[in-house]
Amino acid sequence: MQTAVNLWPLLGVAVIVAGFLLRLHPVLVVIAACLATGAAVLMPPLALLAALGTAFVKTRNLPLILLLPLAAIGLLERFGLREHAQAAISRVKSATAGRLLIVYLAIREGAAAVGLTSIGGHPTMVRPLMAPMAEGAAERQAAAHGTVLSDAARQRVRAMTAATDNVGLFFGEDIFVAFGAIVLMQTILRGEGIEVDPLHMALWGIPTALSAFVIHAWRLRRLDLYLDREARA
Amino acid sequence: MILQLEHFYYVVGAILAIVAWMSATDRTNPRRWSTALFWGLYALIYLAGETLPAALAGAIVVAMALLAGFGGVRSGRPDVLPDSERRASAARLGHKLFLPALAIPLVTVIASTLLKDVKVGALFLIDPKQATLVGLGCASIVAAALACRLTRSTPVQAMREHRRLVDALGWAFFLPHLLAILGLLFTQVGVGKAVAHLTMSYIPMESALVAVAVYCVGMALFTIVMGNGFAAFPVMTGGVGIPVLVGVFHANPAVMAAIGMFSAYCGTLMTPMAANFNIVPAALLELPDKHAVIKAQVPTALPLLVVNIVLLYFLMNQ
Repeated sequence: MQTAVNLWPLLGVAVIVAGFLLRLHPVLVVIAACLATGAAVLMPPLALLAALGTAFVKTRNLPLILLLPLAAIGLLERFGLREHAQAAISRVKSATAGRLLIVYLAIREGAAAVGLTSIGGHPTMVRPLMAPMAEGAAERQAAAHGTVLSDAARQRVRAMTAATDNVGLFFGEDIFVAFGAIVLMQTILRGEGIEVDPLHMALWGIPTALSAFVIHAWRLRRLDLYLDREARA
Repeated sequence: MILQLEHFYYVVGAILAIVAWMSATDRTNPRRWSTALFWGLYALIYLAGETLPAALAGAIVVAMALLAGFGGVRSGRPDVLPDSERRASAARLGHKLFLPALAIPLVTVIASTLLKDVKVGALFLIDPKQATLVGLGCASIVAAALACRLTRSTPVQAMREHRRLVDALGWAFFLPHLLAILGLLFTQVGVGKAVAHLTMSYIPMESALVAVAVYCVGMALFTIVMGNGFAAFPVMTGGVGIPVLVGVFHANPAVMAAIGMFSAYCGTLMTPMAANFNIVPAALLELPDKHAVIKAQVPTALPLLVVNIVLLYFLMNQ
């Protein structure tokens, strides 16, 4: 088929897909994809290195969110923050892992919807506070049936805590008018000659934001049922 | 501007340099020299990134990726307090332990909303364009100081704990940065155009429902490949959204854009390419399966994608 569009750049995508399917080391897969993409469009090696270097320096803001809070979190953990979070929640009789995470989902999504996206996050909220609390609640659920929380169930609770943070953030932030995604959508539509009110885009996001809450909250209810079943087995 | 992002690049550079030095002198780390080299190179990028020749910075990226990819980045055996001591300290400090942790979001929010517009003389106190990141930087330092005071620890101990967590993350810490580089490279060479071309050439979009499904599923698939909804949105909207949904089926562009972006986010929930949301938390939570978070998210993402298709189909002519 004769085509004016160059399809060679897709080689990098193929490398990514193959690498992840073969479960190779992710870092090697990504750097191989970088080199393959450069080679596929016949970029000279030095130009490719320069492109990688420029991009590396330009994206230095990205790891900041993860790196900077770690000193405070690490120190608090050394002196028992996670143990205390776990103990505090296990004193609340009605708390279950699922209910706790539904409350967290509501807070995370609601806060993001009014622009407060920094309430939450994996290094600052999930690892030191929410995951130990969810685990503490799950341990109490198991203890109520006279068993201990299995490793598989513990890992499932942790993974669901991280998932809840992501779902709350993603589907909350997009209904905040001043959020980057809304600005990006407006810019791109304007480039195509279509003028859209950001408020309308934010409003039409609300049905999906509510659906995300309902679907994920329902799954968190199912997490409680799973924990009860595990505890009885 | 008094406080800007560049200042925190130096903070990060200094932290990474200390991590490198601590790794080099840690005999419990089986690969202490290659580990130290990795963090040292990373520190160099933060301390001198602007002044390095671009090709040299690129060579550093490749070297770091090879070091990390072939198992050269390991951790030492951290010195943690015994369980009993930690529980005793948790009981002694009680709820006070929460304060420095909660200070991080609190100070970030205050800095990024209230202090954003504060001027000292003619200068902004913090860079208004980077208010959230600068706010988080300030918050982290405030929280570290509060944590030191509360636990009567020295800043050196805080750095040791910092290194323990960075060590535990290892290569997972570097992966999101590397993926961002790949994303920029993809954009530069026109991966988006190629994908859009394939989608448009091979899928007939005669009925509104098929066109809506192609737009939403394409958005999610493209995000799975690129790891970022912001990369998928212009391609799918330019390729399918505007010519077909708006042009042929008279969709309301606001509805199309809003639901389209959310469809991309469904993809973000399902891809290892969005490493900072999906792979880093698995490392932070010490999960043996590095795809455990993705597996926890797929059953939310797929039904939500179907809901998006239905919503867009019924709402687009509003």
